[in-house]
Amino acid sequence: MDDLEAIKDFLIESAENLARLDQEMVELEQRPRDPALLASVFRTIHTIKGTSGFFGFDTLGEITHLAENLLSEVRDGRRELTTGLVSLILRSVDAVKELLGAIEETGKESGRQYRELRAALEEAWQSPGEAPAETAMPEAEGERAAKAGVSDTTIRVDVGLLDKLMNLVGELVLARNQILQFNAGQDNGAFNATSQRLNLITTELQENVMKTRMQPIGMVWNKLPRVVRDLAQSCGKQVQLDMEGAETELDKTLIEAIKDPLTHLVRNACDHGIERPEQRAARGKASTGRLSMRAYHEGGQVNIEVSDDGAGIDPAKIAAKAVERGLIRADQASRMSEREALNLVFLPGFSTAAQVTSISGRGVGMDVVKTNIEKIGGTVDLSSRLGEGTTVKIKIPLTLAIIPGLVVYTAGERFVIPQVSLLELIRLEGEGGGGQVERVQGAPVYRRRGQLLPLADLNQLLGLQSARERNPQSDVMNIVVLQAEDRQFGLLVDGISDTQEIVVKPLGKHLKGLSVYAGATIMGDGRVALILDVPGVAERSGVLGGRANASSARAQAQTEAVENERRRLLLFRAGKSERLAVPLETVARLEEIHWDRIEKAGSRQVVQYRGEILPLVDLVCLLDRGAPERKASREPVHVVVISDGARRAGLMVDQIVDIVDERIEMRQASRMRGLLGSVVVGGRVTDLLDLHMAGQEAWGAEFAETRFARKGLRVLIADASAFGRGLVRERLEMEGMRVLEAASSREAAELLDKDACEVLLLAQTLAGGDAVSAQASRKGIPAIRLAGSEAEAEELRRERLEARFQFDAEGLLAAVQRSVPRGGAAAIGRLAEAVSAEDDASRPVVMEEK
Amino acid sequence: MTDQHSGETTHQYATFSVDRLFFGIDVRTVQEVLRTQEMTRVPLAPAVVDGLINLRGQIVVAIDMRRRLGLPPRQGGEPMNMVVRGDDGAVSLLVDEIGDVLELGGENWEPPPENLDVGRRGLLDGVHKLDKGLLLILNIARVLDVSGCEAA
Repeated sequence: MDDLEAIKDFLIESAENLARLDQEMVELEQRPRDPALLASVFRTIHTIKGTSGFFGFDTLGEITHLAENLLSEVRDGRRELTTGLVSLILRSVDAVKELLGAIEETGKESGRQYRELRAALEEAWQSPGEAPAETAMPEAEGERAAKAGVSDTTIRVDVGLLDKLMNLVGELVLARNQILQFNAGQDNGAFNATSQRLNLITTELQENVMKTRMQPIGMVWNKLPRVVRDLAQSCGKQVQLDMEGAETELDKTLIEAIKDPLTHLVRNACDHGIERPEQRAARGKASTGRLSMRAYHEGGQVNIEVSDDGAGIDPAKIAAKAVERGLIRADQASRMSEREALNLVFLPGFSTAAQVTSISGRGVGMDVVKTNIEKIGGTVDLSSRLGEGTTVKIKIPLTLAIIPGLVVYTAGERFVIPQVSLLELIRLEGEGGGGQVERVQGAPVYRRRGQLLPLADLNQLLGLQSARERNPQSDVMNIVVLQAEDRQFGLLVDGISDTQEIVVKPLGKHLKGLSVYAGATIMGDGRVALILDVPGVAERSGVLGGRANASSARAQAQTEAVENERRRLLLFRAGKSERLAVPLETVARLEEIHWDRIEKAGSRQVVQYRGEILPLVDLVCLLDRGAPERKASREPVHVVVISDGARRAGLMVDQIVDIVDERIEMRQASRMRGLLGSVVVGGRVTDLLDLHMAGQEAWGAEFAETRFARKGLRVLIADASAFGRGLVRERLEMEGMRVLEAASSREAAELLDKDACEVLLLAQTLAGGDAVSAQASRKGIPAIRLAGSEAEAEELRRERLEARFQFDAEGLLAAVQRSVPRGGAAAIGRLAEAVSAEDDASRPVVMEEK
Repeated sequence: MTDQHSGETTHQYATFSVDRLFFGIDVRTVQEVLRTQEMTRVPLAPAVVDGLINLRGQIVVAIDMRRRLGLPPRQGGEPMNMVVRGDDGAVSLLVDEIGDVLELGGENWEPPPENLDVGRRGLLDGVHKLDKGLLLILNIARVLDVSGCEAA
């Protein structure tokens, strides 16, 4: 047991030393003869070597031994510390870290031998090192020596214990709040004084306990010099990293949370920001790029800036890219300010890297940075000047545990709004208090100092009933003006109470999916109150529009497009049917053909037409079996030539009526043979022709398998991965289908809700996919699962689910086609909406005299 | 799972009733039993979540067992809280009445009858035949997993 305890100590100590070692090695490369640095590096390696020998960790011992040998020569001035040597020692450090990691997990070495590394170390050791030329001692020696000695006044404390302390203080703060509330109603001098004292002590205790959890941001930063060095080397760039404010402290949990985002930003700056030395020289910059990190406290928040003096970002390119990726619409892009355009890089699925490198530019990144920072209540802002550099500014709260919040009431419930997001409170009363809220296309807005402020009603948002709705003429309106991302919006609530220090408690997994809440807290009266998540509220209400909530906007834009689509139909008359229609896209040409050109092939009528044999179908006969066969006459017969993209057929009709381009208002399914159903076009009921039936008549039964079935079919792809969606989308669009995309189950649900599609393609990986599929099945929309592999698809099919491997485009197409029921309401919609998504639509339709 | 309830050894079950059905859960998962607590509703939450209660400074989700089991809503009367420990901390189950802790052997244990709705949904581990009726043994992990439940 003692051994285990000792190993644990060894691991803790080594982890600290190794973190420092990375940084020291990089420093050492710049000041190769700093004796204090060298001694420190040597000592660390030596310690690990010694201890690993003690515990019998052989591989570890051997690697550290070899590294130590080399270092000792460097220390004694017998060997030059070359870049190659530094890299080698850093590699050894990595190996040591891996080994220690394995020991931590399993209690023993991983068994990996590191033969290559050991051989390289051996070789370096064997080859005679060059003694460095004597130079003057470098400075900066004194300060290092002075730093020793701090360890005497510190002790190691388990973080778990600190967490517990923090929780207890949280409880104490709540109890204090309750006592203060009780005290307010008391008239007892001694009690008043005591509770005041309790108040002060609690506040002070809270501050100090919070301090115990504080760590300097340098804890994260000390890994960065190594990252920058390795990156610069591999990209052939020269980068100098400056760090300012490494002593800035913040909560340990926050330190953990910003580690990855910061590393990512630094990588980005090295990889995309800073140019190659020759490019820099050509632009008149110093060949060494500067990357600087700055951290400082400001207004109860920690600011961290990562800036480079590299190429900068071109907002126009960003906007163009975003449009290309379908993240925003072109008209949105044209209205954007430079700043807004720059911030598009934070959209999911965005990547500007022209070339995907191993380091960054995989299209994941900035959005993840943003999400991670926002998760801890922070904000990210990006500014850039083309040719001069880029700065990313991160603001995060000092701590997450206790925050000031505004208490509001609505529909009899109480909610807390974090004060960080609060801008101002507006109370409208007196005559027409409610009347000052105007509506623009149904969306409430308020004129605040001449600017329109979008409003969201909290009751409506949460599905609550309030006094306001019961009495819309109410004279009082409370607007809480909030900041979400870089936009402002107003939240309508019934009443506003006061501000309080609240202890944020997370909501359990049962409520995790609710993005409108940031957590819950216990109020002075002992009851629980929910804390609103301002960005979540903004997104749910849609007040931010535009890019700030791209996903929702995308869904909206897509439904709008579907709803407002004008359908172009060719109207004609045949037999008893006065008004028949086919979608114009399926029409290749309109012809008038003389009877003497019509021939018989078997039982069918055909005509030689543009070098092919065009089968003809008489619609009068098709629609009315009893109708007599059309008699030959001197008048030419009107023929509508339809095409499924591969084959053509001619429909004989009595008269072409019109081509219309308008919204279809009403639909009704039809049970009549050859018709899909009825729609109202131009105020008159019009029958939609079943092209399948016509096609089968012309070409035989295999027509069902033609592209007609797919044309204009609206397919919803629900997949969180933009790449996955793009992949499927392209293939489907080639077939003339209309593709809608949903990046989350919520978006998918929204689109399904609006009947925006006839088929659902659902990625297995989509969170909440089951609910989406349930919703689809309730609506009778067939769902096809997109599996990550053929094997997975196989397995799903065994569970009687329609599933295809997502890269199996042909199989997917076939599945889509099979899944759509013919006839019925969906098919009418489909046919009616086969719209101008593709080139066929713009093909001129001309009357041709023959 | 089944072996746990059958066989020679005895098990202790904390019991409660919901809509005149008699349920039991492994007594070791039960943290405490409380009278009706002040409830804070959570708009937009799944319907089975009745709200949040303050359990001595800890915020605990309360699951309405009537909804969870697909039973008709409570007509008057205050529910009791049976607080259980899940993977994700404590969760309170709102039940009609709390019963005794029963110590039962495996001899009267049987797998859940196929025609039982609650059993069909995988919420039951088994049934104990008692003198006065049946004790339905709930699988607490499945009861607490409400991910498939719809929003209110």
